[in-house]
Amino acid sequence: MPPASTRRWSRVARTPLALVAIALLVVVAALAVLGPVLWGADAEAVDTGNILAGPSARHWAGTDNLGRDIAARVLVASRLSVVLALLAVAIAVVVGLLLGTAPFLLGRGRAGRLVTAAVNIAVAFPGMLLALFFAVVFGVGATGAVMAIGLAGAPGFARLVQTLVSGVAARDFVAAARVAGVGRGRILVRHVLPNIAEPLVVNATIGAGTALLSFAGLSFLGLGVQSPSFDWGRLLYDGASALYLNPAAALVPGAAVLLAGLAFNLVGESVAKGLGVEGLGIEGLGVPVGSGRWVLPGRTAAPGPAHAAADAPDPADDVVLGVRDLAVSFRGPSGPVRPVRGVSFDVHRGESVGIVGESGCGKSLTALAVTRLLDDDARLEASRLHLLGTDLRAPQATADRRKLGTELAVVFQDPMTSLNPARRIGAQLAEVATHHQGMTRREAAARAVDRLDAVRIPDPGERARQYPHEFSGGMRQRAMIGMGLMGTPALIVADEPTTALDVTVQRQVLDLLSAVRDSDAVALLLISHDVAVVGEVCDRVLVMYAGRIVEDLPAAELATARHPYTRALVDAVPDMDTDLDEPLATIPGRPVDPADVPAGCAYAARCPLADARCRAQDPALVSDPHAPARRVACWHAGEPLPAERAVDLLVESP
Amino acid sequence: MTATVNAPPPPTDRRREPSPWLRFGARRVGRLLVSLFVLVTASFAMIHLIPGDPVRGALGPTAPAELVAARRQALGLDDPLLTQYLRYLEGLFTGDLGTSLSSQLPVSGIVAQRLPATLELAVLAFLAAVAVAIPLGVAMGVLTRRGHGRRTELAFTTGSIVVATVPDFLIGVGLVSVFGVGLGWLPGAGNDTPAAYVLPVIALAVGPAAILARIVRVEMVAVLEADYVRTARAKRLPARTVYLGHALPNAVTAALTLGGLLLGSMVAGTVLVENVFAWPGLGSTIVQSILTKDYPVVQAIVLVYGLGVLLANTAVDVALALLDPRSTIRED
Amino acid sequence: MTELRFADVTVRYGRTTAVDGVSLLVPSGEIVGLVGESGSGKSTLARAAVGLAPLGGGRITMDGEPVPLRGRHRPLQMVFQDPYSSLDPRRTVGDSVAEAMPPGGSRAERRVEVQRLLELVHLDPARADAVPSRLSGGQRQRVALARALAARPRAVIADEITSALDVSVQGAVLNLVRELRRELGLSILFISHNLAVVRYVASRVVVLRGGRVVEQGPTAEVLTEPRHDYTRELLAAVPGRGARRSRT
Repeated sequence: MPPASTRRWSRVARTPLALVAIALLVVVAALAVLGPVLWGADAEAVDTGNILAGPSARHWAGTDNLGRDIAARVLVASRLSVVLALLAVAIAVVVGLLLGTAPFLLGRGRAGRLVTAAVNIAVAFPGMLLALFFAVVFGVGATGAVMAIGLAGAPGFARLVQTLVSGVAARDFVAAARVAGVGRGRILVRHVLPNIAEPLVVNATIGAGTALLSFAGLSFLGLGVQSPSFDWGRLLYDGASALYLNPAAALVPGAAVLLAGLAFNLVGESVAKGLGVEGLGIEGLGVPVGSGRWVLPGRTAAPGPAHAAADAPDPADDVVLGVRDLAVSFRGPSGPVRPVRGVSFDVHRGESVGIVGESGCGKSLTALAVTRLLDDDARLEASRLHLLGTDLRAPQATADRRKLGTELAVVFQDPMTSLNPARRIGAQLAEVATHHQGMTRREAAARAVDRLDAVRIPDPGERARQYPHEFSGGMRQRAMIGMGLMGTPALIVADEPTTALDVTVQRQVLDLLSAVRDSDAVALLLISHDVAVVGEVCDRVLVMYAGRIVEDLPAAELATARHPYTRALVDAVPDMDTDLDEPLATIPGRPVDPADVPAGCAYAARCPLADARCRAQDPALVSDPHAPARRVACWHAGEPLPAERAVDLLVESP
Repeated sequence: MTATVNAPPPPTDRRREPSPWLRFGARRVGRLLVSLFVLVTASFAMIHLIPGDPVRGALGPTAPAELVAARRQALGLDDPLLTQYLRYLEGLFTGDLGTSLSSQLPVSGIVAQRLPATLELAVLAFLAAVAVAIPLGVAMGVLTRRGHGRRTELAFTTGSIVVATVPDFLIGVGLVSVFGVGLGWLPGAGNDTPAAYVLPVIALAVGPAAILARIVRVEMVAVLEADYVRTARAKRLPARTVYLGHALPNAVTAALTLGGLLLGSMVAGTVLVENVFAWPGLGSTIVQSILTKDYPVVQAIVLVYGLGVLLANTAVDVALALLDPRSTIRED
Repeated sequence: MTELRFADVTVRYGRTTAVDGVSLLVPSGEIVGLVGESGSGKSTLARAAVGLAPLGGGRITMDGEPVPLRGRHRPLQMVFQDPYSSLDPRRTVGDSVAEAMPPGGSRAERRVEVQRLLELVHLDPARADAVPSRLSGGQRQRVALARALAARPRAVIADEITSALDVSVQGAVLNLVRELRRELGLSILFISHNLAVVRYVASRVVVLRGGRVVEQGPTAEVLTEPRHDYTRELLAAVPGRGARRSRT
């Protein structure tokens, strides 16, 4: 496989816009090299009998005040214009790099902070103003303008470098190098600069375009290139004074400036887009290149059974959530990727069901799918998807929305980001009531305070008027739960609700969820990577692997799980009773990539019991003949694990 | 990554601190003062950074030496630097910006006479840019949110880059040649009639509007993927409430941070546009003064522009703090 | 054989005191667990020991000598929490490990040493030429351990090294930590918020809260007979202990 960088660069060159831009840039470069050679004589040929003429067959852009051909002069001016712009951008880049890396090299000391502060002040002043300032200092003329535009661009570039450098410097590999005793200069060269090179090159390219245009601006004001030299800006300046006689005299050099500026900018922007480097961002910074499965957009769920639904049993009346053959797929670079592949389960009134599995097993997508909160690029299929009596596969009418808004509560993983930072907590709770329960603002606000009180937020009246950033993580998660309690929920779907919280706070949130369930027959669907949490909170556990449920069993019976994956998952986690003399159980290999699911049982490659049949046929999830409440998908369910493998498991296979 | 316990340390200090607003105010005023000091010092230093004798430069090589010496004397250029600096500061506080070398008029009078036209142009153009860019950016954000409108996105992004690349003076020249010279619909120079404002304001507003619309779209798309928008969807709110009630305020505050720099650059952008449209503002004056080496005037106008930029930035910061309470506690 | 000692260590950031007079000892060849919630100062303490946070007061010593924070000789090493951030995405695994080795030796000798270190952490030595994006989280964390060992440390600080990993690989990394102590006689300060994990690897436990030590002692003692209320609260919060909370 070619290195990731090569692939990314070839992706850049494939967009039509980038191709046009690159072609344009090549033309500009060719003109800059050849222009003066080919048209130099025409550009200087004085024809006093034909001054300030309009376009004609001989002079298609007309002539200037000495009768010289404007078209030829524009072509010749490309060299000076481009060279001056490149010189200016070189000054900006060099000064910017020096100023931008200085704080990193100088460390947290006074000198470093001083440089940062100086750049911050300078960058607040627009480039045009700085350019005028330096133009005065260095004097009117080409040299002064190069210095002026270069130095005017330097603070912006320095700021960019500073941001990028501090982004990389905050990463642990820089800390690790420092701990290993590698000097700052060496770290800068070996670790920091290579990781910021791409955005720097992109921004320098865009900077060249900007410099070109700024230069034209200064020359247009008469502050740049002086006669008898001429660049595009100077031609524009001369042309504009004769605008009423021959508009082409101004418009042709104007078009030339514009095309050249666009060539630089578009090349820079399309490279930035292709590499995932935002203008001033630091994305694409060593973020692992994933399977790329979010690349192409998908259509929203087209409801309709993908599988035969005839054999689905008619669910009992107390089923709050009924799911059959649920699949979620995304368009990938090579065909659809299906992170959830045929999930079926029911949640009964008042029941608490947990879904566990490693990251990437599809458990969170399942939670989003059953609440219809998937992103627009995901495609959802199911032969049945009933939530509180509403068929979620169909578009929802207002009445359905009202029912879902009041009877379904959803709690997400990260309480830091799940509440709107720009709105008061009370208002965020209250809008549920004003939209779905027909309350007035005043009633809804009172209800919100009451609900905050119900989730044990002290001083709820005061707190309702605060913003999320004034809440601690645990309080925010309780406020999220309180939001779900604005109506009369029949089901709470909680996706890793305690993962981002400290253990003691996790305890409080779990206690709160339990209390909510105890007070009313509220069902809970809890998604977690933590078997211990699920085992403690839930009645029933669904174990997911590679987008399927591999085992469904009562939480109390986790210790006697029959699927080898469930058993490994339970054994791998140390608890307060783990034998200290034995090594922990491990699961070799890595989880299955949803873009590349093997034939047969997806777990076979990591399973100590796997045989030829496992690798060929995928076992179905079937009820245990001895315990109908339990379902398992394994050809070797419950068989003893070979003991001698335990040692090999230490080595993780690639 | 579901198993990350990577929560940043919570606000470690839970004691009642002085109001965040107070600290924000103090910090902001402090920064303004430092920037002002730098600006004033730079504008003072400008004349001294010019290589050679500025008075000789201004009067030309043929001017008699006595005249140069007298003019130097009058400007106080022979005094010690610190004395000159203090006198400069004193002048600023009393509204004395010096005397023009070419017209011998007080500089403060020139600035006072020219400033209103420039302000009108900058403010009108900024309002026009915001009025166009925010609705456009929001609409584009909604249309091109994840999984939607790839072609629309490509067209909009390319279009906005192209439009933003065209420098304001080129737009100005284009507008004058088409609507002024070609069609004769609108005046292409001066500020005598309301119609005369149309072309300069458009020329100045188009580029920043394209940049701002692009920023708003990017922010809107990002905000629409935020967890709290998913929370709003989980509440089953109508789409209009999700977009306008939850997404828009966050997208606009984020865009405003970057948009603030635009306001500053528009203040300076008036220089070129004024020269295209023979607008009787500071911009045409400063260029003339640079060419005639009338340094006291240049010095004063650079100072006024800088001041305008600083005030614009401060205004944006304050607006941001009002819109987004978090920004008051954000360290910078 | 080295003991790592923190004596009355204080770290301040501006007006906030992140670590407030902490004294603790990592005896030679033992693993000491440092537990506490986020914001308790445990990571700050670790960063101060290796010079990544400013030491406001107190001393951090190894066998009585201050921990060297300059030059290439760094006998105290640290392994970080997030293996996705702690390896330079642009450099190969071998490069990252080799960089931490003391200077000297031929290219071939260094290459052999890299392979030895990778084998020590149960990675295929052929992986030296791989870039981190080709590795799983667990494999990356082993590389990070190998890099720490490359500096020939006498003591290592492991800062939440399993909390970013999936449970299926957490066990392998914990087994490795125990094995490295046993075979290399390393002294290890093992920072974690997870009491069950600390119980499994550490012989002694230090409980940190609000930048202060509230309790310390042998693991078995602290976890069975906690004396401080906060330790009791932490223990009660461990999931899977106490009454199951299903409604029946």
